[in-house]
Amino acid sequence: MIPALVDHLPALQVVTPLLCAPLCVLVRPGRAAHAIASFGAIASLAIAARLLAEVLDHGVLSYALGGWAAPWGIEYRIDGLGAFTLVIVTTVAAVVFPLSRASVEAEVEPARRHLFYAALMLSLAGMAGIAVTGDLFNLFVFLEIASLAAYVLVAFGRGGPAKLAALRYLVAGTVGATFVLIGIGLLYAATGSLNMADVSARLPQVQQSTALKSAFAFLVIGIAIKMALFPLHAWLPNAYARAPSVVGAFLAGSSTKVAVYALIRVVFGVFGADYAFARLSVDWVLLPCAAAGVIAGGVVALFQSDVKRMFAWSSVAQVAYMVLGAALASAAGLSAALVHMMNHALMKAAIFLALGGIVYRTGAVSIDALAGIGRRMPLTLAGLVVASLGLVGVPFTAGFVSKWTLLRAALQGDAWLLATVIVAGSLLTLLYTGRIVEAACLRSPPPGSVSTGTAEAPPGVLAALWLLAGASVFLGLDTSLTVGVAERVAGALLESAAGRWR
Amino acid sequence: MSLSGSYHYLAVVLLMVTGLYVVMVNTNLIKKVLGLNIFQTSVFVFYISLGRLEGGTAPILADELSRYANPLPHVLILTAIVVGVATTALALSLVVQIHRAHGTMEEDDIDDREGGATIS
Repeated sequence: MIPALVDHLPALQVVTPLLCAPLCVLVRPGRAAHAIASFGAIASLAIAARLLAEVLDHGVLSYALGGWAAPWGIEYRIDGLGAFTLVIVTTVAAVVFPLSRASVEAEVEPARRHLFYAALMLSLAGMAGIAVTGDLFNLFVFLEIASLAAYVLVAFGRGGPAKLAALRYLVAGTVGATFVLIGIGLLYAATGSLNMADVSARLPQVQQSTALKSAFAFLVIGIAIKMALFPLHAWLPNAYARAPSVVGAFLAGSSTKVAVYALIRVVFGVFGADYAFARLSVDWVLLPCAAAGVIAGGVVALFQSDVKRMFAWSSVAQVAYMVLGAALASAAGLSAALVHMMNHALMKAAIFLALGGIVYRTGAVSIDALAGIGRRMPLTLAGLVVASLGLVGVPFTAGFVSKWTLLRAALQGDAWLLATVIVAGSLLTLLYTGRIVEAACLRSPPPGSVSTGTAEAPPGVLAALWLLAGASVFLGLDTSLTVGVAERVAGALLESAAGRWR
Repeated sequence: MSLSGSYHYLAVVLLMVTGLYVVMVNTNLIKKVLGLNIFQTSVFVFYISLGRLEGGTAPILADELSRYANPLPHVLILTAIVVGVATTALALSLVVQIHRAHGTMEEDDIDDREGGATIS
């Protein structure tokens, strides 16, 4: 890369997808817009990978936007946590966008496809912005860019139900974002700064302030709504189930992860573990919510007849796993949460792509419509099953690595009840995966079904599905990539947070 | 802090709670969007009042002025207002499309007609 550009990578991470969005609108034909969106996603992944390498080698990157120095200007600050999140989000985008054109063409009207790709790019730009920014108000703005684009993407689903799901998502998301805004206002009132590092340095002087406590509460609840933490999850199942499959794959893979990132950033990065856990005991709120989410999400998923909604409910449970890890407030728990962020992003994106492939062929994803699909779409189904087994946490898949590190973290903290919840959640996942396999392989196809020969998902979708499923198996065998990086990131986070309050 | 110095916070809290109540209780989608706007407006008022200073003027560099209101929260909230407008526009356009598809804006009626059976 050109040396001059390398210095500006933090800005380019946001600017590239942000510029691709209007380009998609300008070129109009769906195919050209698809090419631009694919370029944007792959370029973003390249930038994110470079940033992660840079951060791991040289430590935190600070970039003064427009040349205005830190506490006054907006600072883009990329540490291991941010770069790791960037890699997760852009990997999902770079695999899903280029390869899933057939699925988009099957589910989105021709006249609106260029707008669809533009919304995908805006959402990607917003999520990248959340991960790079070191400024609290900037975080709110990017949160809203990503969310507004996500509401639009959900509304691209067919018919009235998709619009209603999008509106409910919008109402919940806006309430969440406004809570975040209130929290940022209170934090500014208490400290007089918006720069995360600056706020964090000023906090010890005002630690008795009530404004600070309410700021913390508003921020945590606002972000919890955005990430669909039980019991604030009501918007998620319908939004993911009604959206086009590609949107389901992208959002399920990335948007909740970015919210988990924001929670970790605010709790550990800004307030610090000592304030959040030792003084305010936030774990007494987060741990029960997360444990209830793991069980409730799994149980409700088990009784769904719409498979997309089944996996949307499963997302509620998986997000709860990540919060559970983070709320343990130990290096082991935090790195388990990070590993699960990466693994779940790959597996859930793969699952929604597989469902997209099934919708492409059969037009439906109810359990009944899946009957006999194992014979007609063996490769698609196999990909779905591999990814689902990862979700369960079967050995030799990425899911096993994250569940195992999470379990170890819980046992290290002598949290036997939580360990039981983690295992019970896995068993629930096994049960609903079993329902799908049973319907697809053992039941005979409904009489008068469309075709009897094999009719796989479109080649691109199939390739993307197997790329993600393969990656999830690879990360299950070679853990140095995820666990190694996550442990370093978690250690750095806790280290920077420790000692500030004493 | 005396009550006379912080009465604006009372107004903020009142607006905030009203807005949130309207969002949660109403089943009419337009009223939900209205409630959302009231809720957001309360935060705008909060930020704007945050920057005010007794006897302070707009931050204009002039010899006879020495007490300035803090312009930063005002600038911030301009951005938040823009975000709010965009959100409202999107919400209203979704309500129009829901009305076209279902013939009603009452959430309860829509749930009945859907019957939980439509899977697309």
